[in-house]
Amino acid sequence: MLSVSVRDSENAWFKIEEVGPQKVAVCLYGEWDIAKGLPVWRDVEQALSSFQNIKHVCFEVDNLSMWDSSLPTFIIKCENYCEASKIHFDDTHLPSGLRNLLELSRAIPEAEIEQDEKHKHFLYRLGETCLNFFHHSVEILTFLGLSFVSVGRFFAGRAQFRKKDFFLILQQCGADALPIVTLISFLVGFTLAFVGAVQLQAFGADVYVANLVGLGMVREMGAMMAAIIMCGRSGAAFASQIGSMKVSEEIDALETLGISPIDFLVLPRMIALFFMMPLLCLYADFVGIFGGITVGIGMLDLTYTQYIKQTQAAIDLADFSTGVIKSTVFGALVVVTGCLRGMQCGRSSAAVGVAATSAVVSGITAIVVADSLFTLIFNALGI
Amino acid sequence: MKSARPEIEVKNLEMAYGSYVVMRDLSFSINQGDVFVIMGGSGCGKSTLLKHLIGLLVPSKGEIYLKGEDFVAAEPEEKTAMLRQFGVLYQGGALWSSMTLAENVALPLEEYTSLSHSEIQEMVSFKLSLVGLAGFEDFYPAQISGGMRKRAGLARAMALDPEILFFDEPSAGLDPVSSRRLDDLILQLRESLGATIVVVTHELPSIFAIGTNAIFLDPETKTKIAEGAPKDLLEHCEDPKVHRFLTRSSN
Repeated sequence: MLSVSVRDSENAWFKIEEVGPQKVAVCLYGEWDIAKGLPVWRDVEQALSSFQNIKHVCFEVDNLSMWDSSLPTFIIKCENYCEASKIHFDDTHLPSGLRNLLELSRAIPEAEIEQDEKHKHFLYRLGETCLNFFHHSVEILTFLGLSFVSVGRFFAGRAQFRKKDFFLILQQCGADALPIVTLISFLVGFTLAFVGAVQLQAFGADVYVANLVGLGMVREMGAMMAAIIMCGRSGAAFASQIGSMKVSEEIDALETLGISPIDFLVLPRMIALFFMMPLLCLYADFVGIFGGITVGIGMLDLTYTQYIKQTQAAIDLADFSTGVIKSTVFGALVVVTGCLRGMQCGRSSAAVGVAATSAVVSGITAIVVADSLFTLIFNALGI
Repeated sequence: MKSARPEIEVKNLEMAYGSYVVMRDLSFSINQGDVFVIMGGSGCGKSTLLKHLIGLLVPSKGEIYLKGEDFVAAEPEEKTAMLRQFGVLYQGGALWSSMTLAENVALPLEEYTSLSHSEIQEMVSFKLSLVGLAGFEDFYPAQISGGMRKRAGLARAMALDPEILFFDEPSAGLDPVSSRRLDDLILQLRESLGATIVVVTHELPSIFAIGTNAIFLDPETKTKIAEGAPKDLLEHCEDPKVHRFLTRSSN
């Protein structure tokens, strides 16, 4: 009688023996433990194919000392092999627990689910991308539209949100952001002054550092830096908070209560940043100028009065206004991108991370684009 | 075959959140092959006890022994090895939402076994077919129903063929038929794999259908007030609270 033994693993192995005409028995040995290694299936196939004209496969388990789910998966593979090769599969000698498990796994047939085609035609993908773009544009416009309506409701005194939430957001966007705004603005003013000083000293125009820093901060960097900080800080926080509310069905709960999530979540954030962004921008302007003063006094031997007089002469109300107007618009962009990404969030924890990242990236992009547009517009208007 | 040594032995356990004591003087043992039910009214500390048994919370007093080894005082590495003998089904399934069902079940196998990718896929398909989810490998948890999530959670809990399976409210949120099917599944798994099962539940049909041993926790006295097979408790327990609970009567 022919017999083939396969021992890939120290613990679990098997032997295939011819036990009758066209009949083989798969004798199982050892401990079938997933943690200790299993026989390689290719060897099983090879061993089975070395027998000619098998019509019947059965099992012998007398020497099987222990098994876990590695054995049922092995048996399932044997069964599939037999089915494909039209061999009668006999599992009567298997342990009853194992047979119960196999029965349980077959109790509910595999669900037939239509899978999306993996390799789609180029035209199909192009169409899909265009449709997605259209769909996303509609989504953004709908969100903007709903936000406007919500602002309208606010002025009509019909918006539904909790004042407590509003004041908390106001504090988070305002007072809580001061330390980081102070640090960044001071360093930006300091760096502007330093770079300017090196160049201007060569022409004996030291005092014009005050003009450079003053105009730079007030017209451009104050609003820009405050907006970027708020985008990274508050925009990401809005997106992740609203996103996780979406994941845990809290937004659905608001909607079913008849409360507009835009009113309840977006509106307080919008109003908070509407008030806070110009204030933060002005604060950043002054701290930046103070950064310039430290360089002016420390490096260029200018006096405090000299520096302040020069700054006052350099900037006027129009310059301040450009910065403040910009910062208000930047604030709106931070709220819109943050809240929009939060509302678009999928229903998994990873989607919350994606929403936060995308809020910051699209927020900063929107801020820089808007800034360029403002520069062009202000230039055209001669402000 | 039952071994003389209990799988889990709890001695004088006291559970507390800060200075607030949830339960004290808890002592009981869970034997191999038991379906051990932790029962009691809502908010009595059943899930807290389960979290102590699986090492998520540290007892304020007392000891927990796993196969004779001190689980509470074990070094982190020993504890990790001990934890590998556990499979836990959390109330809502607790599937990782950014992974497909197949990836959820595959993760423990990838981390703790040296099986090849194809072997892991076969194992995953088998586990999912055991819980009736064959064909749903590529679905994300958000795409399936609550009952299916629970069953997928069970498939993940069974991934490493644990010796002890913990179930936190397995029937909660399931319809009676699905709940019954889950009970049958638990019994089948115990029979086929020889696992010990610890269940936290207050669903009476489940308690009587699957429980071989049980303890009853009482929030007023802050300790267990009854212990034994649920059917015996129903027939013989004198304590009115236990009787009320098991007969669903209001007085």
